[in-house]
Amino acid sequence: MTEARDRPLTVYGTELGSRLFLGTAQYPSPAVLADAVRSAACEVVTVSLRRESGSERAGHAFWQLIRDLGVRVLPNTAGCHTVKEAVTTAQMAREVFGTPWIKLEVIRDDDTLQPEVFGLVEAARILSAEGFKVFPYTIEDLAVADKLLNAGCEVLMPWGAPIGSGRGLNNVYALRSLRAHFPETPLVIDAGIGLPSHAAHAMELGFDAILLNTAVAKAGDPAAMARAFAQAIDAGRCAFLADPMEARDMAAASTPVLGMAFRS
Amino acid sequence: MKLKINGDMHEVASNTLSELLLELGYGDIVVATAVNQAFVPATARHNVTLAPGDSVEVLAPMQGG
Repeated sequence: MTEARDRPLTVYGTELGSRLFLGTAQYPSPAVLADAVRSAACEVVTVSLRRESGSERAGHAFWQLIRDLGVRVLPNTAGCHTVKEAVTTAQMAREVFGTPWIKLEVIRDDDTLQPEVFGLVEAARILSAEGFKVFPYTIEDLAVADKLLNAGCEVLMPWGAPIGSGRGLNNVYALRSLRAHFPETPLVIDAGIGLPSHAAHAMELGFDAILLNTAVAKAGDPAAMARAFAQAIDAGRCAFLADPMEARDMAAASTPVLGMAFRS
Repeated sequence: MKLKINGDMHEVASNTLSELLLELGYGDIVVATAVNQAFVPATARHNVTLAPGDSVEVLAPMQGG
C-alpha cells in the first residue's frame, strides 16, 4: 500500500519532483527571491500580472529572472473579485506566460481574502471549457469541492488559513474530511502556512503539496526558511506514507510490565 | 482622443491598439492587453480600433503569491 501511494505528484499530466510551490512576491530583492527558489528546490512558482508603464519595464526584468531560474510558472488571478475580472486576467496571463495553468482566485473581500466560491466555480467552468488547467484557491467545503471538480478542475487548493496570516491549519477537521472524500484528487494547501511545522502537519494529513509565499518571503533569512519548508514537507510526506499511529486519550505503557520487579 | 489607460486618462494620437502600444513605449516588451475589460490577443491588436473614453489595460509579468 505504501508503495502505491508513494508516487510523484502529478497535476494535469505533469509530474513534479517537489511538493513545495513557492510564491514570488514580497521578497527584499530579486536576488533573495532567486536564492529562496533555488534553496527550496521547488519546480513551480506563482506569478501575477500587473499594470506597467512603457518606461519602467519592471515586469520585463522580473520575467527574465523567472525564466533564468528554469522553473514552471503558475500565474494567478490575485485581486480579482468578479468572474469577468478573473476570466479576463487568466486569458491575459495565458498569453504572457505561455501556459494554460492558472491559479484561480475570486476573492470575496479584502479583509479575509476568502474565496467567493460561487464566482470561483463559475470562472472555473468557463476557463476549463477554454482549455485552461485550473488550480482553484478554495475553502475546505465538500460541496464546493464537488462543484469545482464537476467544473473541470483536476486539482483543488484549499486554504489552510487566510492569505498572509501565518496561522497554519484553521480547520483540521474539515481538511481531514476533504482529504478522505477525495482520495484521488491532488490537494494542495494554499495560504495561511506560517511555519514549517504547519506544512509538515498538512503533509502528515495526506495533502499532496503546499503553496506558500509570505512565510518564506518575510523570514529574516528567506533562503534558509525555504530550505526548512522543503525539509518539513518531505518529513510530513514521509510520515504520512509511514502510516502514523492513532492518538488516544489515555496513557498506554510502551515498556512491557510483564516481569517487573517488586510485583507479586 | 482621450483614453483611460491603466486607470488614468491620457490624450493619445493612435487609432488602433497596436499603434497605441508603440506610442506608449511598449513596443518590444511582453505585455497582455484588454479593452473595456475584454481580452485582446496580441494577434488581434491591429484590428482593434479605439474610441474616445475606451478603457485600456496593459499588463506585464509581476511577482505574485
